[in-house]
Amino acid sequence: MPIRRILIANRGEIALRILRTCQRLGIETVLAASEADLGSEPARLADRTLCIGPAPSAQSYLKPETIVQAALGSGCDAIHPGYGFLSERASLARLCEDEGVIFIGPTSAQIEAVGDKLRARAEAIAGEVPVAPGGPAASLEDAVAMGKEIGAPLLVKAVGGGGGRGMKLVEDLAELPQALSMASAEAGAAFGDERVYLERFVSRGRHVEVQVLGDGAGRVIHLGERDCSVQRRYQKLIEETPAPGLSDDFRAAIRAAGVRYAERLDYRGAGTVEFLVDLDRQAFYFLEMNARIQVEHPVTEEVSGVDLVAEQIAIAAGEGLRLAQADIRLQGAAIECRINAEDPSQGFQPSPGTVREARWPSGEGIRVDTHIVSGSRVPPYYDSLMAKIIAHGADRAEALARLRKAIAETHIEGIKTNLVFHAEVLADPEFEAGGMDTGFLQRFFGRKAALAEA
Amino acid sequence: MSLTAKDVAEIVRLLEESSFDELELESGDLKLSLRRGEGGVAPATVSREKTKVSEPAVVAAKPAPKGSAPTDPNAVDVPSPLLGIFYRAPKPGEAPFVEIGAKVEADTVIGIIEVMKLMNSVRAGVAGEVTEILAGNAGLVEYGEALIRVRPT
Repeated sequence: MPIRRILIANRGEIALRILRTCQRLGIETVLAASEADLGSEPARLADRTLCIGPAPSAQSYLKPETIVQAALGSGCDAIHPGYGFLSERASLARLCEDEGVIFIGPTSAQIEAVGDKLRARAEAIAGEVPVAPGGPAASLEDAVAMGKEIGAPLLVKAVGGGGGRGMKLVEDLAELPQALSMASAEAGAAFGDERVYLERFVSRGRHVEVQVLGDGAGRVIHLGERDCSVQRRYQKLIEETPAPGLSDDFRAAIRAAGVRYAERLDYRGAGTVEFLVDLDRQAFYFLEMNARIQVEHPVTEEVSGVDLVAEQIAIAAGEGLRLAQADIRLQGAAIECRINAEDPSQGFQPSPGTVREARWPSGEGIRVDTHIVSGSRVPPYYDSLMAKIIAHGADRAEALARLRKAIAETHIEGIKTNLVFHAEVLADPEFEAGGMDTGFLQRFFGRKAALAEA
Repeated sequence: MSLTAKDVAEIVRLLEESSFDELELESGDLKLSLRRGEGGVAPATVSREKTKVSEPAVVAAKPAPKGSAPTDPNAVDVPSPLLGIFYRAPKPGEAPFVEIGAKVEADTVIGIIEVMKLMNSVRAGVAGEVTEILAGNAGLVEYGEALIRVRPT
């Protein structure tokens, strides 16, 4: 069924990103916007904007019934949920299924399957995708026995957690019983699900994820991997593709594992299978699957030349996979910096307000995904992502050189941003060498502090 | 009616959070004009003039109603509390909750908003007389869209 009109149930740069592809494809757009976003660029550029509620997300962007009602009431065939908000809520996908509106994403059953950590892990094991040693424990005795087998340090993880939330590090096995009961109580309070499981703690790990596209009938292709190891408190700040320094065999194995995982679910649409690469053991373990388009998808688009949002729409419209694995040619390297309205000198505190002036970079190999122009507002109600600056080059060195120049060219007045932080990281020798583990930023901040004291 | 410094601060905040550049508020003998300039909102003029009008008129910093300007300058909009399908009557074929000329209290139901089969009553929120019906029956209305206008009493 062809899609003629799409409701964009999101805001900010991703709403504009989706809108651009719709415009290119000749698809009409209806933007579902909160009261705080009625003056935004996406609202200005959409064919129609519907005010879905007041500024707080809980009363607007997080209401599945309102979103589906807005789609039905405005004659949309489909809903694109973007990332965050309702993108991975099975309730929205199910409501769409019930009402005959196309959900541009996986099925509600697939969202549920990957949303439950233990089920997601069980699917990985069944699909012969490596997982970190560990698992659920039926009793305290079992947990203690499993803890001995895994060895310390280990993690107690909440089944309902994810993205760095709901984890407890146990460095001494004697602390395990106490950590288990605490983690369970906390998980119950935070996620409404007390279940926890154990997993080996990887002290030196890299975050590597595989971009996949599935037709929903068992056929899956990959578009390479991304390295997202530059993280601050589990928040990704810089992402790149390909992941530097992996051997050809290792890279092929991790990509194949991502494809296997999605195949097992008969996955539909664009998704990302996340892995933790254990540098000490030269192994990789399944972390989770993200059943949506991701913030960092542009680096993959730059090296593959594939518009992932267009492929999402084609799959949702029933066209299946228009690309075979052999069609995917990954050329060069791409790196992305997330420009946030945050003040690095004040502990990365959010800095909402009005952007007096915004000058974004341009030039060969430079792409900027942003909804911010001079005069735009960054409301305090939502995340602080203002833009993604992406540089593509024939190799990593060229991409990095272009990105450094692009960051230096960027000029934002009126609010604080993390631009200076990015300039410093891109100039860091360890970043330049590539292939760092997720502890990189902590070492980077340590070096900075030491320099400041000297 | 008089405005305290706190009231003005609250109004400035409302304007700052809105997508509008100017706000004019008239209440009794008080007239307040705000205009957004460089670096946020600054009160432009606050003037007092003696008039015989005693009913407050509000120009709300809300999404502008899609209809024409109010036929009655003293009438106020009753905004939709939700996005959904607006129904003027309790059931198809029945008489509308209100018609032009009807007297309403703040808690008078003036319509229903359906959001995915869930029916939500909309109340006038103000006592007065209905001067205009703006939203059509069984059509989609946005959050904040003016449904009817009421001249407060």
